[in-house]
Amino acid sequence: MRTAISTLELIEPRSLKHALEVLRDSRPVVPLAGCTDVYVLLNAGTPPAGRYLNLWGLDVLRGITERSGTVSIGALTTFSEILRSPVVRRRVPILAAAAREIGAVQIQNRGTLGGNVANGSPAGDSLPVLAAVDAVVVLRSADGVRRVPFNGFYTGYRKTVMRPDELVAAIEIPPVPGRQWFRKVGTRAAQAISKVVIAAVRAPRPRIAFGSVGPTVMRAPRTEAVLAGGGSIDEAVATLGAEITPIDDIRSTAEYRRRVACNLLRQFWTETA
Amino acid sequence: MRFVLNGREVDVKAHGMKRLLDVLRGECGLTGTKEGCGEGECGACTVLLDGQAVNACLVPFGQVRGHSVTTIEGLRGRHPLQRAFVTEGGTQCGVCTPGMIMAAAALPKGATREDVRVGLAGNICRCTGYEGIYRAVRKAHRARPTAHDSRPTAHGSRLTAQGSRPTAQGPSRRSTRPKSGLAARRQPPAASRKGSR
Repeated sequence: MRTAISTLELIEPRSLKHALEVLRDSRPVVPLAGCTDVYVLLNAGTPPAGRYLNLWGLDVLRGITERSGTVSIGALTTFSEILRSPVVRRRVPILAAAAREIGAVQIQNRGTLGGNVANGSPAGDSLPVLAAVDAVVVLRSADGVRRVPFNGFYTGYRKTVMRPDELVAAIEIPPVPGRQWFRKVGTRAAQAISKVVIAAVRAPRPRIAFGSVGPTVMRAPRTEAVLAGGGSIDEAVATLGAEITPIDDIRSTAEYRRRVACNLLRQFWTETA
Repeated sequence: MRFVLNGREVDVKAHGMKRLLDVLRGECGLTGTKEGCGEGECGACTVLLDGQAVNACLVPFGQVRGHSVTTIEGLRGRHPLQRAFVTEGGTQCGVCTPGMIMAAAALPKGATREDVRVGLAGNICRCTGYEGIYRAVRKAHRARPTAHDSRPTAHGSRLTAQGSRPTAQGPSRRSTRPKSGLAARRQPPAASRKGSR
């Protein structure tokens, strides 16, 4: 590991309240969940901060509940817990499908939904699902609770509306109308970081979200509007091609991503017809 | 910091941000756990944390407090998986083998070939071509239930739970070689002690 441990500090909060006070009073500090992203940076010698706040012991941030049709998932809930959850499998099967394709078992046992959201990678596999189901991000701070629509959460590449004193506490998923569909395209099923991810819901107003084709996870509202207005899938595909902004990087090319995204849209539309 | 290592409660002093991998190999002297990529891609450092396979290179030591860790040494060289890896040609250079065996040890009873492939998808081997590994895991599973058939529910088995429940492979007497900073305790953890989470 290329980071000197002696330069780092780990703060052990006694409670969620204590953790929120630390976030308010002792910044800058990076909250730690399952650490599957943070330790990649530490190993590379590019630590995101010098001070860390260990949330792992805060059980109040764990668990999956269903109330009045809304599924609430605590930020520290791991992808293993999500993919085994009967509630998630019944209500949001595409979230279970995404969880199953994140990393491999070792990562699923540690990686958390809240961590995936807060990390905000454009390739985060759970994020297109949260965009397609119109999830709500529950933020906690010493001042109280704030609920932010997931589709307004990211403002740019790894940028969010979250204040530095706030913590992702939970994700809420309202009832999802229509058939859900998810596909991840990567070099292999396990471990690979996505080239393109799609999560979509077939409803009168279809909801279509992509990962890895822009600076953040994105919905495709113009494409959705074409399909909602009775336009053909060919028109929708043409619209999508102009709506997404993929780039060339080490995993793929913009051209490949655009082609695959269009193919996935077509496949979604055919398979959910 | 107290945690259960290979069935015994231990008290190890190390920085909370140190990788579990480094604490195991350094402070605990258990070098069976290997470092491959150091970033969660290869699975060479796989150990069991409360019965679940994790990459020890991505776990801060501070998050192990009150929990149970099982390393390849915890299988004491006599686990059916270890024998099957030898007899079935599941190992060549050996660097991936401890992680591969620990990932296999976390698989549920009656795992199908597909379960094995998915369960080992996070473990990379550059020698065997995997067929010998899959053969070994299937053979071991047929021979006897895995040591870690106690597949935990979520974060179920903590220090308190572990203390009252014997681990399948039994307490290890030889596997933990105390070095400076590590004091192995033979008595089971106090039932009243709560896990830190």
